[in-house]
Amino acid sequence: MSVTTTATPPAPTVAPPLPDGLVAVVKRECATCVLVTPVLAQLASAPSVTLSVFTQDDPDFPDGISSMHDDDLALSWHHDIETVPTLLRVEGGREVGRIVGWSRPEWEAFTGVADLGPGLPEWRPGCGSLSVDPNLADDLRVRFTGSTLRGRRVELASLEDEWEAMFDRGWTDGLPVVPPTEARVLRMLEGTTRHPQDVVAIVPPDLVAVTVEKVAVNAVMAGCKPEYLPVVLAAVEAACNDEFNIHGVLATTMPVGPLIIVNGPIRRAIGMNSGINVLGQGNRANSTIGRALQLVIRNVGGGRPNEVDRATHGNPGKVGWCVPEDEEGSPWTPLSVARGFPAGMSTVTLFPAEGPRCVVDQLARDAGQLATSFAAALRTVHHPKLPLGFDAVLVVGPEHARVFADAGWNREQLVAELDARLQLPGSEIIRGAGGMAEGIPERLRDATLPKFRPGGLLVVHAGGGAGLFSTVIGGWANGAIGSQPVTKEITS
Amino acid sequence: MSTIIIDPTGERSVVERTLTERPVSLEGRVVGLLDISKPRGDIFLNRIEERLTGLGAKVLRFKKPTFTKPAPVDLRHEIAMQCEVVIEALAD
Repeated sequence: MSVTTTATPPAPTVAPPLPDGLVAVVKRECATCVLVTPVLAQLASAPSVTLSVFTQDDPDFPDGISSMHDDDLALSWHHDIETVPTLLRVEGGREVGRIVGWSRPEWEAFTGVADLGPGLPEWRPGCGSLSVDPNLADDLRVRFTGSTLRGRRVELASLEDEWEAMFDRGWTDGLPVVPPTEARVLRMLEGTTRHPQDVVAIVPPDLVAVTVEKVAVNAVMAGCKPEYLPVVLAAVEAACNDEFNIHGVLATTMPVGPLIIVNGPIRRAIGMNSGINVLGQGNRANSTIGRALQLVIRNVGGGRPNEVDRATHGNPGKVGWCVPEDEEGSPWTPLSVARGFPAGMSTVTLFPAEGPRCVVDQLARDAGQLATSFAAALRTVHHPKLPLGFDAVLVVGPEHARVFADAGWNREQLVAELDARLQLPGSEIIRGAGGMAEGIPERLRDATLPKFRPGGLLVVHAGGGAGLFSTVIGGWANGAIGSQPVTKEITS
Repeated sequence: MSTIIIDPTGERSVVERTLTERPVSLEGRVVGLLDISKPRGDIFLNRIEERLTGLGAKVLRFKKPTFTKPAPVDLRHEIAMQCEVVIEALAD
């Protein structure tokens, strides 16, 4: 049993004021700062200049020049000093100009003082500011921006194992999660330009407003890197609306969960895998983005298995499932473009997905024959005698796609050819036909019904280069009564 | 040293309400039955209506547009305004 203690968040900090005149920020550890020490001495004695020097490390640096110690790096942090030496020009407390590193002509022009640093080289690059030192940046971010986080601070007891503590509080999906410390959450928030308190969506089933900050907390727990956060945010938005209806997808007894299909340049920018084992494990972005969405549903929305989640069986993809399309190797336009979004735009498409099943056809070299194999497999989605009620995703492997490409079939033609092969005669699918009770009402005996409604079959190109296989992923109750696939732009 | 983490939940504080007193009898009471729009739910509810009417209750029937989504706010309000007793149940 865990005892939760609420801790106090850090107090807000304000930027230390900058003195008017020239302000130099330096550190002894930087060879260029040491190099410009005589220049700073020249400036300090120049009648036309008021110089204030701040040193980040050694309070006695620069030798022989009066300086102030930025010992907690507050001045450097708040004034975005990334390089030392940095020389600022300040008027009325506001920065009006800045140069970094050492360049004689630049310093002379900036200060209005001639003949600076005789005998020094013309130019030397600066060094990294201590305030952006990777070893310090996390702590500094907590100290100076931690107060922007609004979430309740939970202090784990010193004898609690922090990983076990996450399980004890019911915050995991059954696998370990990364404890969302302030430093990790703030680092995650660096992945977006959105304000931490922006509301992203109202999350079912408890209908709780989720902020960018809370999404970031759950993204940390899922194991995401900051650059994945925009994808997670777009996925949360795409899932939590009346159209996608994550409430129903969560609550249903059917074995479905949200599958996120990613298109556009962000796939490569964050290193997603659209090739070998694309639907499986092994790639951090693929594995954690979908998990972050599911943790948001669980922790923020209150959607937990055996509570509002009533799935009879569920499927392993419900831990989290995120798949990029292989656009580079595809003979077709990307799925996002087929769904009306501009080429080159990064998007997520949410689909209520059951587990994947393989379609083997290693013999067909003719597009028509291969389409007939696909149709036979697609007909079985949820039940071979149930038309129209469920959508599906068809993940076409590269070796299969080549058969269609050789025949000149584009995406639209493939979908049309499949549709033509999936017109189901009423007599075959009425209740009782074929010795199966399941089926459509007897009154539709003379009708012909398509397996999929228009737009109900989503084709995605992905997978490894070897293997004449494709994959079918069945959906859930579709349309206005259930769930519609939803595509949203991913923004920074 | 202790670790401080950020609460990942919605941090809801739910208002607790006392249950309305249970009626001793349904005689003369208005009972609402909500059909969640699952196939064949109407067959089950027709039978329940028969039984309740037999007990002297007045039965009002309501229907959700789809079983996959929560009842719309207006429908919930309508039920709350018109009924004295609600039988809430879920079947699949």
